[in-house]
Order: sequence, then C-alpha cells, then structure tokens
Amino acid sequence: MVKEEQEESSNRPDNTAFTQQRLPAWQPILSASIVIPMFVLIGAAFIGVGVALFITSRDIQLQELDYTGDDSEHPCFKCRTNTEKCTCSMTFSIPTLFKGPVFFYYGLTNYFQNQRKYGASKDDNQLYGDLNYFTSPSTDCDPYTRDSKNMPIVPCGALANSMFNDTFTLSHTVNGVQKIVPLDGKGIAWWTDYNIKYRNPSITPLINAFNGTKKPTNWPKPIYELDTTDVYNNGFINQDFLVWMRRAALPDFRKLYRRITHDDYAAGLPAGNYTLTIAYNYPVHSFNGKKKVVLSNVSWMGGKNDFLGIAYIVVGSMCVVMSIVMLIVYARFKFGEDD
Amino acid sequence: MLRRRLNRLFGGDEGRVHSRTIYVGHKSCPPNEAYIPPKFCDNRIVSSKYTVWNFLPKNLFEQFRRIANFYFLIIFLVQVIVDTPTSPVTSGLPLFFVITVTAVKQGYEDWLRHKADREVNEYRVSVLEDGRRIRKMSAKIKVGDIVEVEEDETFPCDLILLQSSRDDGTCFVTTASLDGESNHKTHYTVADLESDLQYLSATIECEQPQPDLYKFVGRMHIYRNSQEPDVRSLGPENLLLKGANLKNTQKICGVAVYTGMETKMALNYQGKSQKRSAVEKSINAFLLVYLFILVSKALVCTTLKYVWQSKHDETWYNEKTQKEKETNQYLKMFTDFLSFMVLFNFIIPVSMYVTVEMQKFLGSFFITWDKDFFDPEIQEGALVNTSDLNEELGQVEYIFTDKTGTLTQNNMEFIECCIDGFQYKHGDGSSELDGFCVTDGPVNKIQQKAGREREELFLRALCLCHTVQVKESTKQRQDQNDQFDQIDQVDGLGLDHGFLDPPQKEMGFIASSPDEIALVKGAMRYGFTFLGLESKNMKILNRNKDVETYELLHVLNFDPVRRRMSVMVRSKTGDILLFCKGADSSIFPQVRQEEVERIRMHVERNATEGYRTLCVAYKHLSAQEYARADADLREARLALQDREEKLMAVYNRVETDMILIGATAVEDQLQDEAAQTMEALQGAGMKVWVLTGDKMETAKSTCYACGLFKKNTELLELTLRTLEDGGRSREERLHDLLLEYHKKAVQDAPPVKLGITRSWSVAGHDYGFIIDGASLSMVLSSSSEPNSRRYKNLFLQICQNCTSVLCCRMAPLQKAQIVKLVKNSKGNPITLSIGDGANDVSMILEAHVGIGIKGKEGRQAVKNSDYAIPKLKHLKKLLLAHGHLYYVRIAHLVQYFFYKNLCFILPQFLYQFFCGYSQQPLYDAAYLTMYNICFTSMPILAYSLLEQHICIEVLLEHSTLYRDIAKNAMLRWKLFLYWTALGIFHGLVFFFGVRFLFSNPALQDNGQVFGNWSYGTIVFTVLVFTVTLKLALDTRHWTWINHFVIWGSLAFYVFFSFFWGGIIWPFLKHQRLYFVFANMLSSVSAWLVIILLILLSLLPEILLVVLRKPRGPHARQLAEGGLLQASRSLLSHHFPTST
Repeated sequence: MVKEEQEESSNRPDNTAFTQQRLPAWQPILSASIVIPMFVLIGAAFIGVGVALFITSRDIQLQELDYTGDDSEHPCFKCRTNTEKCTCSMTFSIPTLFKGPVFFYYGLTNYFQNQRKYGASKDDNQLYGDLNYFTSPSTDCDPYTRDSKNMPIVPCGALANSMFNDTFTLSHTVNGVQKIVPLDGKGIAWWTDYNIKYRNPSITPLINAFNGTKKPTNWPKPIYELDTTDVYNNGFINQDFLVWMRRAALPDFRKLYRRITHDDYAAGLPAGNYTLTIAYNYPVHSFNGKKKVVLSNVSWMGGKNDFLGIAYIVVGSMCVVMSIVMLIVYARFKFGEDD
Repeated sequence: MLRRRLNRLFGGDEGRVHSRTIYVGHKSCPPNEAYIPPKFCDNRIVSSKYTVWNFLPKNLFEQFRRIANFYFLIIFLVQVIVDTPTSPVTSGLPLFFVITVTAVKQGYEDWLRHKADREVNEYRVSVLEDGRRIRKMSAKIKVGDIVEVEEDETFPCDLILLQSSRDDGTCFVTTASLDGESNHKTHYTVADLESDLQYLSATIECEQPQPDLYKFVGRMHIYRNSQEPDVRSLGPENLLLKGANLKNTQKICGVAVYTGMETKMALNYQGKSQKRSAVEKSINAFLLVYLFILVSKALVCTTLKYVWQSKHDETWYNEKTQKEKETNQYLKMFTDFLSFMVLFNFIIPVSMYVTVEMQKFLGSFFITWDKDFFDPEIQEGALVNTSDLNEELGQVEYIFTDKTGTLTQNNMEFIECCIDGFQYKHGDGSSELDGFCVTDGPVNKIQQKAGREREELFLRALCLCHTVQVKESTKQRQDQNDQFDQIDQVDGLGLDHGFLDPPQKEMGFIASSPDEIALVKGAMRYGFTFLGLESKNMKILNRNKDVETYELLHVLNFDPVRRRMSVMVRSKTGDILLFCKGADSSIFPQVRQEEVERIRMHVERNATEGYRTLCVAYKHLSAQEYARADADLREARLALQDREEKLMAVYNRVETDMILIGATAVEDQLQDEAAQTMEALQGAGMKVWVLTGDKMETAKSTCYACGLFKKNTELLELTLRTLEDGGRSREERLHDLLLEYHKKAVQDAPPVKLGITRSWSVAGHDYGFIIDGASLSMVLSSSSEPNSRRYKNLFLQICQNCTSVLCCRMAPLQKAQIVKLVKNSKGNPITLSIGDGANDVSMILEAHVGIGIKGKEGRQAVKNSDYAIPKLKHLKKLLLAHGHLYYVRIAHLVQYFFYKNLCFILPQFLYQFFCGYSQQPLYDAAYLTMYNICFTSMPILAYSLLEQHICIEVLLEHSTLYRDIAKNAMLRWKLFLYWTALGIFHGLVFFFGVRFLFSNPALQDNGQVFGNWSYGTIVFTVLVFTVTLKLALDTRHWTWINHFVIWGSLAFYVFFSFFWGGIIWPFLKHQRLYFVFANMLSSVSAWLVIILLILLSLLPEILLVVLRKPRGPHARQLAEGGLLQASRSLLSHHFPTST
C-alpha cells in the first residue's frame, strides 16, 4: 500500500501554490478613492516644487554677450574673417550686484560637436597617457591621425584638433581704471575626467613624452604647452582641454570657461561697467555659427532653466485638474449605480 | 490521408516496381535458378539529423532559415562590414547567445537521438545462417535474413513470422511504441512451413514499403522438391513490425522483409506539421509594420542627411577622410541607409522571440502542473505536446468533439438485448441474476420470451462473433493445468453467480473495441462464457457448464464501410455457421425481411435512449456454399493488388440472406460533468459540433443528455431519411432542404452585428442541425461545381447560426473535412478538435488546436494531439482559465514588447535631427544591448507567466468572460495603434523633455555642464523606469515574484549603471559612460526631470485606468454577484471588452 501511494505521488502534480498558480497576490485597485487624493497630493507637491524651481530660476542672473561680430557695427567684426591674431573688446554694464560665484561660459551655436564621426575621432588610450598609442594613434582619428609628413599627431582626432581657442579677459572699470577680474580655471571640468579618465604620461619633463609626435594641425602650440605655468593644468589634464573633450549634446551649447571666485569678486560682480577683451581665433563664420560669452550664477538646480519650473507647475496643475474631472465622473457613476 | 496519397503516387507511377521479391535465407529459389542478391537498404536506423562534421554548418543553416534570425544576421553583417554607429557586438552578442542556446539544445537532442540510434543499431540479434545461430549487430541485418527474437525483445526490423514457439503458430505482440496500444495482439505464422527453417526454400513477394501500420499484402512461394511452388497469402497478421515487443511467446523466427529506414516504423516517423497560432500571425503582421517603420525611419534620415549636407558644407572641424571623399556618392548613401538601419534595428529585438518562446515553453508547465487535470483513475495529468498554441486555447470558436470516449466514457455496459423481438433486460439486483441462471430462462419484462433455442443461438452468437482474446498470464501458458484450474474457477464462479469477485477479474478480455468486451461479458451474464481461442478452436462454456468447441474458419473483419463483422465457425456436429453482427442499417438489408420490423422497433427505442445498438444475425452454410466462400476468401486474400476491395466484395457476397436473431443495447455512460462542460463552453461563445461515426439516434440522445440540444431546440435534419422523404431525387430534395433551413435559421433570424460572437440570447430561435455522412458527402461533392460551392455556403451559414451541430455517421476523413470547411470559412474561426480514438486523429491534426483524451481507445489521439487531458471535463478549465489567461498574457506581452522598443528607439531617431543626421547613437552601446536583455525583459516575462487579470475561479464561474477576448480582441489593429501611439507619446516626452532641460546644459550646482552621454543616460533612465512602471500599472496580480522582478530590474539598472560607469574598462575603445551616471545623480535637475517625465508619461495611463472602470455591462453583473474586485481588474485592462 505504501509503495502504491508513493507511485501515485510521483505522477501527481505538486500541489504547491506556485504550480497551481495560487501564489498569494496583491491585487492593486486603482479606485477613484485612492487615485483622487493621490493626484491631489502629487499635484500639490509638483506645483510646490515647480514654484520653487521657477523662483530659483528667475533669480539666477544671466549676462549674455554675442561676440561673433556678424554685424558691421560690432567691435569684433574686423576679426570675423581675419586669420591673423586679432583682439576685440566689448563693454557691458551690470546694473546690480551679480551674485557670486559667477560662472563664465562660452557658447557656440550651430556647431555639431555631437556628430558621430567627429565624436569618435579621438584615442582614449592616448589621452590616458599610454605612450604606445602616441606613435600609432587609433585610426578612429582619421583624417587627423598623422600630419602631411606622416608624423603621428598627439592628441589625434577631429575633436582635439578643433579645440576652442578664443581667450577672454574681463576687466572692471573702477573709477575709470581697468581692473582685471581674476578668472579661476580650476574645477571647470569633471573631477573624474581630470583625475582618472585623462592622464599625462609619467615622464618628466612632459615634453619628452611627445618626441616624434606632432601637435594637432590647427593648434598654435603643442599640448604640453597649454599651460606652462601649472604642471597640473598642462597636457591632457588641462581643464580647458577636458571641457572641450566632453562633447555637447546639442548643436547650440555652452561650456564652462572660468569661474570668478577670487579676491574682491568672490561675492560676485559689483554693479558697474565691464570690458570683455577677446582674443578672437576661433572661426565660426564658415558654418554660420555664433559665439557668445555667458556670465551666470548657479543655484541648487544648476544654471538658469525656466523649463523645469514651468513643466512642474503645468504637470502639477494637470494632476489637480484631472483629479477634479475624476471626482465629477466618479460622483456621477456613483449616482448612476444608485439608480 | 497518407495512405491515399501514397496510393495515388503508386498508381500514378507505372514505371515503379510494385512489389519486391525476397529470398528467404538468401537461397536461390527455385533452387536451380541463379541467385541474384537484390539490393535493399541495410537495417541501420538514422533518426539523428546531424553528424559531428555537418552539425555546425547544417544547424546554422537551419537556424538562419528562420526569417527573424536571418534578419539579425544581416544586421550583424552590415555592422561588421559597414562603418556603423554601434559596434557589431551590440547585435552580435544577443544573436550569438540565441543561436548558441538553440544549437546547444538541438545538439543535445541530436546526441540523444544518436545514442538511441546506436543502441538500436548495435543491439545484438540472432540470425540463422545455414542452420547456425549467429549473433549480429542489428544494423547488419539484411532483407531475407532469418531473425530469431526472444520474449520481451523488440523486433529489429519488419519480419514475416515463420515460426513460433507456441503450439498454435501464433505469437503475441504489443505495439505500444508504434501506435500506443498496449493490448496484446495476435500474429500468425505462415501456415504449413517446414519445421526446420534451414531447409526452407521460399521467396516472398510483397509490396514496396509503405507507412500504413495495418496494411500489408504479400505472397509466399514455397518450393518443395521442384514441384510447382505452394503459394500462401501474407497479410498484416503475419507481419511483425519493428518496434513492437514480443510477449507471451518464448521465441519466434521470422524473415526480414523491410529493414532500416524502410520499416513501417521509420516510415511513420515524421514530424507533425507545425501549427501556428493566431497570435503568431498577429506578431508577424505587427513585425511588418515595425519593419516598415524601421525602413522609413532610415530612409527619412538618409534623405534628410543629404539635404542637410547640401546646405551645410563640410565643416573645417570635421573633415572627411580621403577614403570618404573618394567613395561613390550613391554607395555612400547606401551605406548611410544601412547605418541608420543598424542604429534603429533595436526596434525589432531578438529578445522578443526569445521571450515569446520562453513564455510559451515555461507557461505550458502550468498546464502539466495543474492538479485539477490529474485523473486518479489513470494516474496521469494533462500532457502538453506543443507549447506553441497555449494562447490559441483562449481563442476557440468552434469545438469539434467526438462522441464515443469523449462525450461519453467509452465504458460499455451491456444493458439489454432483444431476441426475436422479445426484450431481455438485465436486472439491477443480483437476485434477478440468480434467478436468471437457475431458472435457465432470462427474466423478461414483457413476460414473454423467445424460444430457448433462439436464446441460446443468440448467446452463442455473442460468444463467437468477435475478435476478443482472453488475457492469460504467463503461468497459465506454462502449465496447462493452471488453465484448467481457472476454468474450474470460472465454472465455480458461474455457479456462485458473482462475476465481479476478484478472482474473476483476473480473467480479462482484450479487444480492439470495448463494445465487444461488453457483449462477451453480457453473454456471460446469461450463462455463456467465452473461454478463449486455442489453435483455431473457440471454446465456450454453456449454461449447462459444458464446454462447447467451435472451429474458427474465417473472420470477416469489421470495417467502417460495411459496419459489420462476421465469423464462420464449424460446430462439433459439423454444421457451418456464419454469425454476423453490425449496425442496424448495415444488417437489415442483408437479412430476411420478416424479422426486421419487430426488432427495428427495439433498436430505435434503444437508440433514442442513448444506447449503442448492434444487430445479430446468423446463417447456416451448406457445405457447397462454404466451399465456395472459402475459395473466394482465399483467393481474395492472395491478391496482391486491390486486396481490400476484393475481400470486401466476397464479404458482401457471403453476408447475405441471413436470419436476424436479435439486437443488443450497450450503454455508454456520459463523461463526468459532460453537460456542465458543454454548457460552460457554449456560454463562452463556442459552438460545439459533435462529429461521430455513431448512428443518428444514439448521437442525438447523447446530445440531449449533454445539453447540446435543449427541449426548445428546433432540429434541422439533413439525413438520408429526410432526403428520401417526398419521393423526389435526393439532389433536388437536398437543394430544397438547404434553402428551407437557410431561410429558417439565417434569413429569419434577427440580424446580428458582424464581428460579435453570436450570443445565446437568440432564445426561441434556437436551432440544432443534424447531418449524416452520406448527406454531407452530397453537400460537399455535388455533381456540378457551382452548385457544390453554393451548397457548401448554405450549409456553413446554416451551421453557423445553429447553437449545436451534430454530424453523425462520419468517416474519419469526413470529420477532418468538416473541420477544414469551418476553418477556412469566412473569418477563419479558430477551431478545436477533441477526441480520443484513432478515428479522431485526422480532425485533431486538421484543427487549429487538437486535444486528445487519454481514453481507452489507445494513444493514437494523444500522440497526435497538441494537448492531452484525461477527461472531457478538464476542457473547461483548459479553455476558460488557462486559455484565457495565456491569451491575455501573450497578447499583452506582444503589445508591450513593440511598445517598449518603439519608445526606446524613437528618441534615438529624434536625436538624429539634432546631430546632423550623423548616426550618433543617443544611448551607450551597453544600454542598447542590455535594454532588452536585462533591464526590461524579466518583468514582462514574469507578467506573462503569472498574470491573472481575473482570478481563475471567476473565469470558471463566468464563462461569458471568454467572449471578451474572442476574435483576437487584444491584438486588433485598434489596440495595436493605441500601443503604438502610447509608444510614440512616451518617446516624444522622453526626448523633448530632456531636450528642453538641455537648453542650458549647466545642470550641476558647481556650474559644470553635461555632455551628450549624460543626455542619453537621462533619457534612458526615464525610459527604463517608465516602461517598467507602465507594466507595473498593468499588473493586476502582484505575487512576490512580480515584486522581485519589477523592483529588482530597476535596482539592477541603477546598480549596473554605477558599475558600468565606475570602472575604466580596458576592452573598451571609448570610455563614454565613465562616471556619467553618478554625475547625473549628483544633479538635482536631472532627478527632477526624471521624476517629472516618468509621471507625465504615465498620467494618461492612470487616468484611463481610473476612468474606464465604470463602463461595460459585465462590470455591473459581476459587481452584483459580489465580484467587484474581479470586475475592476477586468475592466482596468486594456479594452478587453468589445468597444
């Protein structure tokens, strides 16, 4: 008998909750009584956040200066097609205190840094300081791999070759005297880019590592001379270089150039007249691009961006409106059921 | 079917040799003639598909013949050859994975086949050569070898039985591995052979190999001392099939006639044709739409790219390489097009096929595991032969059911008989039985009885006219005394009148049909016991406990055309008798008419009570008559061609002018819950058609008993009877009747909107349709072609407007014809066939879903079915619960898969407008690859396995719920458009939400800016969360598994992103995502935009869920029934109700 029972059980399906599809289950019911209060709550929260965002964004000060010089009246007009070194300066005034820390951005428009070939045109191994790739750069960099004499280019590729090379000085007119506003070039690139992703070869002096290589064709000076004053801002870990190498997502973009954190300007730019002097090198005329300088302070949400605040308020209001609609429908349905 | 086709092939090809000649023992025959060994294939069985050498190419070839795999291969190759935005790894890896898994699986299966083949081929067998026994490998057997097989061994090839260790020249075999029938079958040696096979000199002429297991024609020429050769006919009873087992016989010798791949078993080894479900067809249709989307996206991008390039000259910062400049413009365009295809190819993911396959495979386990399908009687549960059709179970519109063994139990019980027009009813109590035997006269209700002689003749007829065997145990065979003991026992028991006592049970009967056993047992009740067949002698124990012996001369086998069988026996006194039993319609024309009317009354009454009736007749044969019949039979049996037709003609000639003695009534009880099951299925909107070979009255009564016909059902009859009324030609009458019924059932019926399953609420106009085989063949094959099509249409329309249809007197092929007719009718309804016997196989194979009942009539039906269940009542749960759930699950799976890939790829497409159509991927390669494999695959798989939008009990309770998903309701274009629109909406929200955020890319509070990979990662994060939460919203049944996978997937995504971005991966060329994710999370704005976009995407969903609830009539009905919860969960689902 016992044996028979065992045989029986061998063929009989397991009577477990899983095999019988009877696992205990939670069956959520999105009934109106839950959804309506939930929507009201979410709506309220969103509107709250939205208002906070909107106010924050509104409070962010922004000074935008287009210095492309397309307009013949513009001081930089002369530099527009000039291939020689050219400087121009623009003046602007700040009516009230520009709260610090102030961030100095440069912006480019109609510049497709996000093109695939362009973006892939670099050699991460080179940039990681691997000397093997100095002499034989990746073919990704074509046609910026080697110069006309077939010398390897370091850093190779279109991305590095096209590095933004306008430089700016900002001066404050105090009592008729131009006072240079100190610009801080540290901390403008991602910490991980600066410390880990990009590395200089461990050869001192740095110049020796670049024996047998050439600078990118468009560069006026080689990579190891980007900042001769500071070893920690030279070579691949030059912060301007790092900022450039992080490709922008959209064709109209801005990149961080400097921060204004020093001396008298740590608290911000006082009201007054300022002069921006531009060493105009970077050609954008050929592709109808525009160049601009943006001065902005930031908040907890980053730079000025009205979109988020408005979107939050809209979505929050939608939630509230929907909950009202639902309430009406629900009430009607309830009455209908009573009939 | 197969046989017909083969016959046609045979007939059509005159050039082919119709028979083969086999030289027994490879000896030239006649001895003086030169022996030319004929060429036949060896006995090697090769069921494996691959060898070590051809596995890789052949398997790969076969896998890439699948369109999907081929498509992915092309994409992969394009990635390898052309410079494309994503590395070949992104599509190569999943493809490689899928191909490898499939190859490993198929390789393993083939290895098992190899192993099995080797086992069979290397099996040692004994072959007699020149009188010596030689051990040989099975594979080395040649046609003509004499093979010796011992008890319980399997026959190594098809053998003609020459010698058996049993005295009576028989042997027993079981053919479980061939047709699943486990009963013993008797095979006979060729008569009058030399006892020493060494000196046998003979040739066998037989037909070329053909797959029909039950057909064999051959002739054996035996040469003795250079006389004219003796000729013996060979039939299937002489042929031992490879794969069968020798039972109850110590050893046999046989000559190999068919070997290796020419054996009947090998010829029958054919894969079933693949059935495809309606959902799969929908998938393919959707796939085409998506392919179209893919191609048009790529075309749009390519065109715009060149338009854009014509406006934007080559920029100084991004010059082309020399090679690019030199490339032909059109070639460049083409490669650009391919690149875009590759970039967007993720819209049709490999993983969908894998997930669908997995869902089907794993999902089918729930059917096998279901303990409700477990039948304690046969100790078995449900069986799933193919998991491809799970969802089809939820789409059934027509059910074609067999009657015997399916609607009824096929548990035959002898109820009553009628002898000479007097009714003999077997009483319920044993006391009556007592009296029965003691008083030597059956008690009859009408207080009248036929003459004793007639009674005994009738009972003898029951005892003799059959092919039943007595099951004997090995012991009895070894010791004859034992057998006598048993006879004594039976004897004694007969006296005790307790034939249900345990010892009696040991004496079992084996027969091809349970009716015969019921009849033999019935005769036993009245005092005549069949003791068995011994060397052509049938022994019966009569009422006086005397053993009567009859010599069995001929058995005129049953066949479905004649619908009767006969035996010819010679009694001790030398009288030659022919007993015949068969269906009333086939017996009445063959007997003297005076008896008929009285018995016809009984038969018809019994039939309306739902009993199976058989009539019994007999005939005395004079010596001359017998001699003639004997000669005719022998001649017909020797015929090599048209043997069946010739035999039939002889049978018909012999079975005439008989005397009707009586009729029997055997009850076939209804299956458990047959009526409830039918009611539930009809309630679910399915039309039930009963297709049976049984006669109309019996079938009709079963239909009434099952509730298929109700009291108020108006029956429309189209049978030979109604056709012959009115005295006009059948053709005309058929025409009139069809028109009349059409008017009644179709034209006068209230119009019903298209697309909606007809509801049963057409009460009052409830029609049932009855048609028989003969009328059906008239309808289907009317003389003129236009008429035939018209009739077919009329017939279909009538049937479709009837609640139930009964087709009786159906041949197996006609059953399949009907299924095919309905299957191909307008709207292509999904059909389901359910049956238990070999005669149902054709319709099981023909229907969209074939269900086998693990019944008593062998396992043929089960083997050929897609699903097998132990009982009819299990059909209800299989369809209403499992089918419904599987359909909803897979439909949702399919829609969701397309949706999630649309909103995955759409942002990438939109991004092209912002990156100069440069094929810049928005997402990192790892995300592209992992999205479908890891991040979003598990939740939908878990959903598609576990979801119960309505719990099983409610589904079973309310069969009408099944109608909500009828006609592929969840995969209609409307819903597909809804999902597509949702996908597009989500894609737009994701992309443009982040686009507006990035109008100022300084998103961190330290003023630093985000780049393109941050952009992609934010979009991707929103995407993964939204599609997962969308599924969470759709999930109505949260088990811990759902929780685990849904939250686990999201957690895994976050974890993976940290991990992937946290390390400089040495094998990557570009460290694109290095710390991108972590940096993203350090930005408050990114957090806020992610939350915002997720909520915005899901808002309409939530709104729909809440607002849709109050609609629909079902909701209220159910709510009133206290099933509020179920209704809510039902309605919260996407449009399951017809809108």
